[in-house]
Amino acid sequence: MSDIPDLLLGLLILVGLYMVSTSRLQACVRASALQGIVLGILPIALEWTHGIVPLSLHVITLSGGAIAIKAVAIPRLLLRSIREAGVRREVEPMVSLHGSILLAAALVGLAFWLGRQMTLPFPVGSDLLVPSAISNVLLGFLLVVGRRKAITQVVGYLALENGVFVFGLTLAQAQPVLVELTVLLDVLVGVFVMGIAIHHISRTFDHLDTDAMGSLPE
Amino acid sequence: MSPQIALLVLLPAAAGFAAWLSRSVRAQLVLLLGAALGHVAVVGSLWLHLPLPTPGALLGLDALGLLVLTLASIIFLASALYSIPYLTEGTHDVPSSPLRYVPLLLAFLTAMSLVALSRHLGLLWASVEATTLASAPLIYFYRRPGSLEAAWKYLLICSVGIALALLGTFFLGVAAAGPDGRGPGLGIDALLQAAPTLHPAWLRAAFALALVGYGTKMGLAPLHTWLPDAHGQSPSPVSGLLSGALLNCALLGILRFYAIDTASGHAAVSGRMMLVLGFSSLFFGAASLWGQRDYKRLLAYSSVENMGIIAVGIGIGGAATYGGLLQLVNHGLAKCALFLLSGNVLRAYGTTSQAGVRGAARRIPLTAALLGVGIFAMGGAPPFGFFVSELTIFLDAMRGSAPWIGAAFIALIGIGFVAMARAIFPMLQGEDADCPVVMGRRSSAHRFLALGPPAALLALVLMLGLHVPHSLDTILRSAAALLGGSP
Repeated sequence: MSDIPDLLLGLLILVGLYMVSTSRLQACVRASALQGIVLGILPIALEWTHGIVPLSLHVITLSGGAIAIKAVAIPRLLLRSIREAGVRREVEPMVSLHGSILLAAALVGLAFWLGRQMTLPFPVGSDLLVPSAISNVLLGFLLVVGRRKAITQVVGYLALENGVFVFGLTLAQAQPVLVELTVLLDVLVGVFVMGIAIHHISRTFDHLDTDAMGSLPE
Repeated sequence: MSPQIALLVLLPAAAGFAAWLSRSVRAQLVLLLGAALGHVAVVGSLWLHLPLPTPGALLGLDALGLLVLTLASIIFLASALYSIPYLTEGTHDVPSSPLRYVPLLLAFLTAMSLVALSRHLGLLWASVEATTLASAPLIYFYRRPGSLEAAWKYLLICSVGIALALLGTFFLGVAAAGPDGRGPGLGIDALLQAAPTLHPAWLRAAFALALVGYGTKMGLAPLHTWLPDAHGQSPSPVSGLLSGALLNCALLGILRFYAIDTASGHAAVSGRMMLVLGFSSLFFGAASLWGQRDYKRLLAYSSVENMGIIAVGIGIGGAATYGGLLQLVNHGLAKCALFLLSGNVLRAYGTTSQAGVRGAARRIPLTAALLGVGIFAMGGAPPFGFFVSELTIFLDAMRGSAPWIGAAFIALIGIGFVAMARAIFPMLQGEDADCPVVMGRRSSAHRFLALGPPAALLALVLMLGLHVPHSLDTILRSAAALLGGSP
């Protein structure tokens, strides 16, 4: 039964790599939604491999919350921002697309190496969990730092946050549901506020390039 | 959970919700003032009798939390009073939606109270993120391109930064888990109890991530890049709150981890990490004070410097921990006062450029006098509180194994003070005839509200220099003991 979590965690890395390699903003947001769905299924799959049947209410709430927020609400917000701002593509990123792909491959390699160094003191149902979590944190960071469009930077923040979420699943049983839901809600409101800011950026600067906002002195 | 603690969260939340529904600025200001006064009153009652935290509860209050909470409460009241003339008579800029100000400010207070009250590291993280979300729209209250840029930088850099702190939080959970994956969870009390059995490698990694993550939000250099922009572009009462109260909330996040490290007996490495980032901020802050042309950004860089001083104090440990915590109180009070005063200067001259302000001692004599006093206080001149806290850290560092730490510490503080004085004092002197008059004179009630709060805050800093009250001393000592300092 342990193949299903492995499959999902591998898929998360692949989707992360796709986000880094595409220049189309809509595709990037859709990929982020796909990550949201995978994140929603992952806790259930992990619990199955642990042989916990029936599923705990805790895991069902966590999965439902993750899907509702990361796969539905946030992508809808971002797709609306893209429509309103009328931008489609990431042009001239700070790190070129080819460069990003090479860098991303190196980062995933680093994540696997780190995952081997940092052995968890307890079994979690899949050896891929830590490498997949760290991969997404690093790939998300690459998107935030390496891109100019505000929307891509938000998608990068989400990928980073997804990586942290995956790592948090190691502790899923030890956490109160209330706190987990608050964390998810924070991310939603965060993206909402960022969406409003994007709306104002596109109106004030007539585009979404964050590096054009270089008016403030050092 | 005692009713007072619930009230500290529910009162600002309810007032904020009511203000959000209200359609008149006047009614909103009544709610703001009521909530601010009520919050201070409840915090005051906690000083008279501090209820013991229930172990395992999500909310509770210990000495560290009480310190940060009290400071936030006092500074919020000062900023709320100051906001009355600010909102009713308008400023040189026209806000696009004045009705948003009060609800967001109250949401900000709710989130800050939650940070101080959290007894669970996950909840603590969520509350720190909530402070970012409530304050970001306040930074671009005036829809200038510059303030929009500042708000975006703040949102993105701080959100990414503290996402790393969440990873650190989970690392700590892993460090506490047993071979079967079960563990005490992320409750602070449970983790403190389990501290001696924590896994050291995961514990170290957790502290590093928390320091970098919350350190971003606290403005520790080189992670401070958002700070001067956000503090420089916000409305002055918001700058005062960001600098005086919010930075401490982020620091509290780091200190919660540090306290667990202390209890586990692995605090030596963490202390060294604090020391390195603290010195880095002290250096960057003091160096950036030279060559600033904008007086609000100048004050912001001075915050970076002061956060460095606090981190250095706690990193040294021993008696310096007490000094660092006293510095936190001093800096919060004085920096909020200076930002409020900078709002008065901005109103009188219509510019935040230092070159555009001359002869403030003639045009706004009381503001100018208080500004001068504030600069001397922040520079560590006796008899103000900064003198006591900085001297405590310095003496402890000289007594320790590495006196060069003390020497570098005092030299950097001196460099920072000279830079501040060189920038501010020319603004007070000279002829104001060349500077255009922007706004008319205020009514006497409004003048009182614009000068009274900063004057009261500076008076508190003076009082701390003359005599630290017994109750505050007790709280500072027990907070220092939590962090492994000498009580």
